[in-house]
Amino acid sequence: MAVDPIEQFQIHNLFPIAKIGNTEIAFTNSAAFMLVAVLGLTTFLVMATAGRNLVPSRLQSAAEIAYEFVATTVRSTAGSEGMKFFPFVFSIFMFVLTLNMLGLIPYAFTVTSHIIVTAALALTVFFTVLIYGLVRHGLHFFNLFVPKGVPIYILPLIVAIEILSFLSRPISHSVRLFANMLAGHITLQVFASFIILLGGALGVLGWVGGVLPFAMIVILMALEMLVAFLQAYVFAILTCIYLNDAIHPGH
Amino acid sequence: MSGDTRGEGDRKQSPDDEAALSARLQRLGERLATANRPSENGSGPRQTADRASAFARGFRLSTELVAGVLVGAVIGWLIDRWLGISPWGLIVFLLLGFAAGVLNVMRAAGVVRERKLGD
Repeated sequence: MAVDPIEQFQIHNLFPIAKIGNTEIAFTNSAAFMLVAVLGLTTFLVMATAGRNLVPSRLQSAAEIAYEFVATTVRSTAGSEGMKFFPFVFSIFMFVLTLNMLGLIPYAFTVTSHIIVTAALALTVFFTVLIYGLVRHGLHFFNLFVPKGVPIYILPLIVAIEILSFLSRPISHSVRLFANMLAGHITLQVFASFIILLGGALGVLGWVGGVLPFAMIVILMALEMLVAFLQAYVFAILTCIYLNDAIHPGH
Repeated sequence: MSGDTRGEGDRKQSPDDEAALSARLQRLGERLATANRPSENGSGPRQTADRASAFARGFRLSTELVAGVLVGAVIGWLIDRWLGISPWGLIVFLLLGFAAGVLNVMRAAGVVRERKLGD
């Protein structure tokens, strides 16, 4: 029996919530995992900060490490002024990290392996940059597309390229996270199916041989944990870099 | 006699102490200021993110290029549809999109300086 490596990404309706026109809006397994992530995160942070000890407990120091980590990222990328976006970046980072890590639990659903989720996050960042930049700097914000020191006769070309480069940001921003999670989970599933295929085809000998793909899964699992953390970090740092453009459009 | 000299020494020492103290406070202030913004004028934050993993870096560069081409293609196709000038919109914007993709890659790799740094 072959195992379908895509099956794990299927969305199931758990129960209907509302109906708008002919579109039924249901509570899906994806929504359930997002809810679990948000509730888990909120519980963790509320419990961790409830004590407010000078000498932190384990839970509190975990929360402090998370805070310090994101704060350093924001400050080093977007400057001290970028700290006004700290709650935004922290929420995005912790949300993506929790979803990535939750997805690594066997039988769990990986929300971030759906491009619609990562695209929604990336577009939120994109429009935040656009709206904040326009509100704060007015039309001066469009200086972002006009590099300094470019001869006037190739300026239209450069501006067109800069605008396209700006528009392509949410795509690369969202595709990166989604593709990493998708590819990682498919790889895990394929190696796991090797064990079952070997056992089914060769009997006892196959099950013994299945130790090899199983060892591979263990190694891949470690790699996937690294990727899960790294992609959340990259998502956050790119958010900071884009926000930096809104805060200081340069020139 | 001895009490007098000690008093004199104290009086002489106190302005020195104050100078040393204010110098130390100033140094502390400077250290705090640099600690609060670790690398705002440093070598560029993008590099630290990229060095975290060569795999992530390679993947990032490829998505940057593809994203640029994709955006150019979509815009060109839409312009063709709206203005009915097929296939010129697609041709022009695909080329522009490719250029934007290359620009993205060069920015991500740190070959070209970030726009706002130093300018």
